[in-house]
Amino acid sequence: MSNATMTRRPSQFTKNKLPKWSIWAVLVGALILGAAVSSLFGFSPVSMAVFAAIFFVVGGTATAGAVEGSRKAKDRFATYLVYGAFIIAVLPLLSVIWTVLERGMPGMTSDFLFRSMNGLTGAIDNQTVAEGTPVLGGAYHAILGTLQITLWATIISVPVGLLAAIYLVEYSTGGPLSRAITFFVDVMTGIPSIVAGLFAAALFGLIFGPGTRTGFVAAAALSVLMIPVVVRSTEEMLKIVPNELREAAFALGVRKWRTITKVVIPTAISGIASGVTLAIARVIGETAPILVTAGFARGINLDVFSGWMSTLPTYIYYQIITPTSPTSTDPSTQRAWAAALILIILVMLLNLAARLIARMFAPKTSR
Amino acid sequence: MSTKTVSPNTLRRQGDSGQSGDKIFSTASLLAGCLILAVLFCVAVFLLVQAFPTFVADPAEISGGSGFFSYIWPIVIGTVIAATIALVLATPVGIGVALFISHYAPRRLAQGFGYLIDLLAAIPSVVYGAWGYAVLAPQLALAYEWLANNLGWIPIFEGPASNTGRTILTASIVLAVMVLPIITSLSREIFLQTPKLHEEASLALGATRWEMIKMSVLPFARPGIISAAMLGLGRALGETMAVALVLSGGALNASLIQTGNQTIAAEIALNFPEAFGLRLSELIAAGLVLFVITLAVNVVARWIISRHKEFSGAN
Repeated sequence: MSNATMTRRPSQFTKNKLPKWSIWAVLVGALILGAAVSSLFGFSPVSMAVFAAIFFVVGGTATAGAVEGSRKAKDRFATYLVYGAFIIAVLPLLSVIWTVLERGMPGMTSDFLFRSMNGLTGAIDNQTVAEGTPVLGGAYHAILGTLQITLWATIISVPVGLLAAIYLVEYSTGGPLSRAITFFVDVMTGIPSIVAGLFAAALFGLIFGPGTRTGFVAAAALSVLMIPVVVRSTEEMLKIVPNELREAAFALGVRKWRTITKVVIPTAISGIASGVTLAIARVIGETAPILVTAGFARGINLDVFSGWMSTLPTYIYYQIITPTSPTSTDPSTQRAWAAALILIILVMLLNLAARLIARMFAPKTSR
Repeated sequence: MSTKTVSPNTLRRQGDSGQSGDKIFSTASLLAGCLILAVLFCVAVFLLVQAFPTFVADPAEISGGSGFFSYIWPIVIGTVIAATIALVLATPVGIGVALFISHYAPRRLAQGFGYLIDLLAAIPSVVYGAWGYAVLAPQLALAYEWLANNLGWIPIFEGPASNTGRTILTASIVLAVMVLPIITSLSREIFLQTPKLHEEASLALGATRWEMIKMSVLPFARPGIISAAMLGLGRALGETMAVALVLSGGALNASLIQTGNQTIAAEIALNFPEAFGLRLSELIAAGLVLFVITLAVNVVARWIISRHKEFSGAN
């Protein structure tokens, strides 16, 4: 190292190449220009960021074009756009999470978590606003409704989805029936949730008379949405169980159904469980099917087979669309955001649980 | 039990019970598979049965007073407009994000970024609706006013702009955010499947990263991108709560920044709780129309994917 010359001569490889610091120079320049242009229209951080981003993309591309040629300039332009796309995609995510946290935290009281809306009228809300006392009324009934309806949907969908996936992977021989099931399961994942709700409403309306709205109808609607998700994830998991395990069981003279229940499923159980958890996370936030199948309740209803029921999503929806007190909507808005915070926490916990399950119960690959 | 004698009889009996277990299990799984097909079939049949009164009713009794077709037509158009704008906004961004995760982001962070985008899909639609209603719409109202003042001569930006910002354009932007993770995750999968040799060959010939993507990744992934966009379209067409909360609906309106327009799903959600009799079957008929449209979109998308699967294995 000692005798290496420290003077850098422009070599064949570094000729016509922008130095590394150039990108920072362009960034600083763009920020200054952005601030300047933004202050022409009345300064705001948002407009400054927009202008600075435009100047940065244009400036970076132009300098690259001048020094490195048009091909490198195009490459740079594409890189900026791709990075920009990611930033654009993350912005709404951050905004949603920030909004829910900011507006939901004030409403997260024990009152909110353990009281229902039973007997809460607009007059009480008006009084709350007038006197500045804490907001009354809560989402206890909606939390219970969400848990019950989701539980029933899971009870219906998991066996059906599991068995259908077992049929597809273990029993079918690739005939037209299995191809039809695979295809229509895929198509079913795209059914609009409101159509699933209408189907359940129409089905139970035909059997028990029009206007039948109970928690169970909602659970049926949700399982229409949940079954395809369970089938897809279970199918993927069963497919990656090594065939040697099945063959070893068969060679020992084990019956096929014993092989499936004792060898195949235990091997894949981590993936299946995490798939089911993700499916639950998907349907727990569904609003539209509940809206048309379970009605809306203000009090606690512990019977899924009779009476209307509330869930967190419909609770949020009705608190926003029809505030309890039409003249002072603030308490309702606060309740809606607090419920949204609970819902998001539930969904995130389920997603996290799915990843943990997948990691914890994964079969040991080597020993 | 010191001496264990196995008589041929016991063996036989165990074998029998195992055999019936086999039969029960295989039948149950076959039935579960058929049940799924039956459910999809039932969705169509029950919707048709419940919607039937609408098609035979006196046109004057249908909402709007001139038959089902003129009732459904404006909201079908509204649905298509909202979904199309959402798709136009989301597809380029979605492809960009997918490229970022598959080819641009540092390897170590790429998976984490993927989870981050998946979180977008995990947020419930009603929360998006509330966000669009309370946060996005008031901010966009300012932009709409500017659009109406400066670009008002274009019919779609005709003023006066809505004060609340609760227009079909806002709804479409919220929808775009919601379909973004679908487009991203599917195209990401396809981008990662690009044969490594194609990519390395083009880089070895001196292509820049963008030229490599343009010449080897994008051509390979084109069918996948198309089907991802169509699945996103299916989601955008059927999305209910975001539109129901964000859009302050009304009659069909060419201007995207005024109140007006309505989508099928939001129309059902807003009116179903109070509906009865003919109005109920009218809304179910609207649901049937939505079902048919999304089914067609999904079938085409899945068909493209399955066709693509066959020849991608050859690489």
